[in-house]
Order: sequence, then structure tokens, then C-alpha cells
Amino acid sequence: MILKGRVWKFGDNIDTDAIIPARYLNTSDPAELAKHVMEDADRDFPSKVKAGDLIVADANFGCGSSREHAPIAIKAAGVQAVVAKSFARIFYRNAFNIGLPIFESDEASGKIQEGDQIEIDADRGVIRNVSRSEEYAAKPIPPFMQELISAGGLIEWTRRRLKAS
Amino acid sequence: MTITEKILASRCGKKEVSPGELINAKVDIVLANDITAPIAITEFKKIGAKGVFDKDRIALIPDHFAPQKDIKAAEQCRMLRDFSREYELGLYFEVGRMGVEHALLPEQGIVVPGDLVIGADSHTCTYGGLGAFATGVGSTDVASAMATGECWFKVPESMKFIYYGKLNKWVGGKDLILHTIGDIGVDGALYRAMEFTGETISSLPMYARLTMCNMAIEAGGKNGIIAPDKITEQYVKGRAKREYKFYSSDKDAAYVRTIEYDCSKIPLTVSCPHLPSNTKPAAGLSSITIDQVVVGSCTNGRIEDLREAAEIIKGKKVNPNVRMIVIPATQQIYLDAVKEGLAEIFVNAGAVFSTPTCGPCLGGHMGILAKGERALATTNRNFVGRMGHPESEVYLSNPAVAAATAIMGRIAVPEEVI
Ligand code: SF4
Repeated sequence: MILKGRVWKFGDNIDTDAIIPARYLNTSDPAELAKHVMEDADRDFPSKVKAGDLIVADANFGCGSSREHAPIAIKAAGVQAVVAKSFARIFYRNAFNIGLPIFESDEASGKIQEGDQIEIDADRGVIRNVSRSEEYAAKPIPPFMQELISAGGLIEWTRRRLKAS
Repeated sequence: MTITEKILASRCGKKEVSPGELINAKVDIVLANDITAPIAITEFKKIGAKGVFDKDRIALIPDHFAPQKDIKAAEQCRMLRDFSREYELGLYFEVGRMGVEHALLPEQGIVVPGDLVIGADSHTCTYGGLGAFATGVGSTDVASAMATGECWFKVPESMKFIYYGKLNKWVGGKDLILHTIGDIGVDGALYRAMEFTGETISSLPMYARLTMCNMAIEAGGKNGIIAPDKITEQYVKGRAKREYKFYSSDKDAAYVRTIEYDCSKIPLTVSCPHLPSNTKPAAGLSSITIDQVVVGSCTNGRIEDLREAAEIIKGKKVNPNVRMIVIPATQQIYLDAVKEGLAEIFVNAGAVFSTPTCGPCLGGHMGILAKGERALATTNRNFVGRMGHPESEVYLSNPAVAAATAIMGRIAVPEEVI
């Protein structure tokens, strides 16, 4: 899987209230949530972001609440993947469970700038910065998470398991 | 092994587990609320399971936007009700019988020591105060667990926190945990178990232990946990709806890091905007004026918290520039507060005394901040926009500081008003 796109850059500790503020959580409709994605971190983000774009952030992305609405909103806005120095743990599991690809990389997070064009080779765990002709390594995805991704998320994984038993 | 490792091992049928290991473990209680359950229910239906794994182990609690604040919230709450009826769930709590989930489940003896609990709510870690392994997960995890009774985990590394020394007057569990988060940062315990130990913890009452474990997530922790003891026994006796088991860490258990705190040096502590780790001594913040004070939430909405605030505000008035909102976390606490005369103290002082709800804690309803307004709350998060307008601010404190602040109209410590 190769993910190509333009980057929007965010800082440290982007919390789930910034990704999708609680005031919009009286719905779980992905399209509705996407209208407000990242709104409290960048007011104009919902109107600027285009399908196929990528988010690159610093440390502890997705900290705060357990709301799955956060990765859902990002995915529904058309963002292909999120790269960060580190992810808060519930966001990390939610992203894999719902099938939003995420990558941890110190180097990528440090060097990629807003507006850069990047290409992520998900299978090899390599992030290529087309704008700067650089390459960074992402942390390998644990085998179980790969299993989840190839099953198409936790629900499909559980469905197959129940069927098999 | 640590207490966390022992509980996880017991639930996946292994003698031992070690940090980093991926396990599939049996869960004792699965929890979701009116924000997270709707997604869990939709996803559950996609699995095609014949039924739920156990109708008496799934707790659905409408508390965030309940009593239903608008039509959309009402539709979400209805999903919980309909699902509970369809699958005959034994742990659905209707408005009028509910409370803030993390106050309700321990109070009702539904979560007990030694349990493995997952909840689609990040503050599920609260139950570590009882000596349970409890952690927040997503709605999809809950959907899968409702079908199978299992959930996948990576066994976390443990961090040991040792608290010793005598607590200063009015300093409590909230100050200890804010101080700790201020010290290690909002990702200081990322992916890890936070085990709170030491002589100060051994004499800490249950409500304060629940407060501490509640905020483990604010340091990035997977769970917070305190080994059960006599205080735990006293608390669960007469409440526990199931058998419970006390686990404790072995003497030679391995920790990635051990940190000690001399509690006599920990002051009344406030987290300033916009991160729980941005802590300062309350006494140094007297120039900060406040528009709204909130006492409540799963962190500090228990009866002891209300007593503490009432003790300070009794016979006094809320500052004319302040709106004070007091929210008991459960119906039982509400009733106790009425019986003990606390409700009267708050209303006489000019405060709102509300029915249980998460309400303002997450900027839901019942006390939303306007642009530029500033609140001090006994809640657990002060992120940008958490309680309302993105340009409003939230400070976090314990209930005593909150009450003193309500009287003064600026951040204040109890000594200034009594
Ligand atoms: S009181 Fe606040 S932190 Fe606790 S469960 Fe409700 S919204 Fe979450």
C-alpha cells in the first residue's frame, strides 16, 4: 500500500477535543463529524483539507478522551493517514480498529513541513518526502496490528473469528 | 509480577505475562456511554453475533448529554435504551437512576477488586482505585467485547509511584495526581501502568484513590492502580455484587521507573490552561479571576468532595461575578447531599445544585463557557475548548480550592476564606 499526498502539520499533544470537539458528539455520523475535524486546533482546517491529504504531528497525538469519533472524523475528511512522533494509546488502538493507517516516526515528524508532498510505503514502513528528497523510517507495525489491518479492522476480524469457532 | 500483570495473566489463562506481550483477555465488565455506545451498537450489529456474551456484564450509561440535552442526544440515548431492551441488559441505567459512569459503577458494587474492565471512555481507569485493571478503549473494542467477552491488550510496562509523608491541610488525592502529572507530563506514562503506592496511599480514603486513578489517562497511562487493602475491604463490603479478589505486586516485580514524592512538600495544586500538566501552586494564582466554578465529575463529584466544598462555603456567598455549579455524580450522592444538608448550603450560597450529569465537564450542557470566559473546575481536563468556546479557559483543582475560589471570584486557597 502506497499513500501519497500533501501534508498538514500539527504540534504536540493534539487532543481529541481539538480533533473533534465534544459539542459535536451528539451525532456519530462520519460526514457530520468530518465537517468539524481539527476545528479547535485550526479553525479553517475543515474547509482547507482535501481528500487524499495527510496529517503529520509531533508527540502524543490523540490524547484525551476515548472517542472513536476522532479517527472517524479524520478518515471521513479524506485524510489518508496520520504520522506522528507518538500516539496516545486509545487513539492508537482506535485507529487500527477502524482502519485509519497511522505511523510513528521521530524523524518524519521532525523534518516534514506543512505543504510537503510525501509518499508512505506502508508495507516497508518507509516515508519518502518528495518535496525535500528525503526518506525516513517509520516504526514497524506489530504483527497483530497488521493482521487487524488486513482483516479490514477489528469488527471484521471478530466476525471471522466468531464464524470460525 | 506487578498487580497489573497478575490480573491480566489471570484473565488470559496464563501463569505469567510480561510487558510487551499481546494477549486476548476475558473481561469482567464492558462499559459504554451515550456518546460511545451508539457507535459500539452499530458496529456490534455488523459482527453478526447471535447475542451478547453476558447480559449482566455490559453496562450502558447515558450520562454525558443526559438528561437528554437536545434532539440528537435524545436519539443517541434511545439507541442505548433500545439495545438494552433488545438484549435484556441488566446494567442499563435510565435517567433518574443513573450517574456519572465512573462514580456509579464502584458505588453500586458493579466493579470489584481484581476485575478486568474495559470501557469506551478514557476515564475507565478510575476503577484502579479498587485494585481492578481498568482501561479506556474505543467503541469498536466494546462492540467486539460485547460479542465475545474478550479484548486484545498489550501488557503494559509498570511505573511505580511512592508517596510518603503527611499531607498538608486540604491537600488530597486531586493534588497528588495533578502534582504527579505536572512532574512527568501528559505523556509521562504513555502506554504504561501507573501503580500508586507508599504510606500516604495506604491511608488514603477510597474516594481519593478513585480520584487519583481517574487521572492516570491524563499522564498517558493505560491504567492507574492501587493494591487493595483494609480501606478497600471496607468500601466493597456490603456493595460488591460479585466475588472479588485482592491482587498485589510481588516484592521483586519489575518497574521501568520508580518515582518518590514527599507529600509534605506537595501544595494545593492547580492545572492551568491548556494541559493538565501545566500545574502551579494554587496560592500563587490569586490574580486569576474566575467566571464559573464547577464542582463535580467522575474525578471529584463524590459525597466527600461535596462535603469538602460545603464545609468551606457554608454560611458564605458565591461571589457576585461567579456562577457556581455543583453536580453530584450519582443519584445516591445527590440524595445523601440533600439529607446531609449540603444541597441547602450550596443553594443558600447562591450556587446551582444539579441532577447528576457529565454536563459542563466536556462542554456538553449545564454550564458552557462563552468566548474569553474562565472556569475553575474539579474536573480532569482543561484542553482548548473543553468547557465551551475555543477561546475560553479551564483551570483544574480540588473541591476545597474550588469553593474558596467561588467565594473570592479569583483563584483562592481555603485559608483565605475560613
Ligand atoms: S465527568 Fe467528564 S471526564 Fe468524567 S466521564 Fe463525564 S465527561 Fe468524562
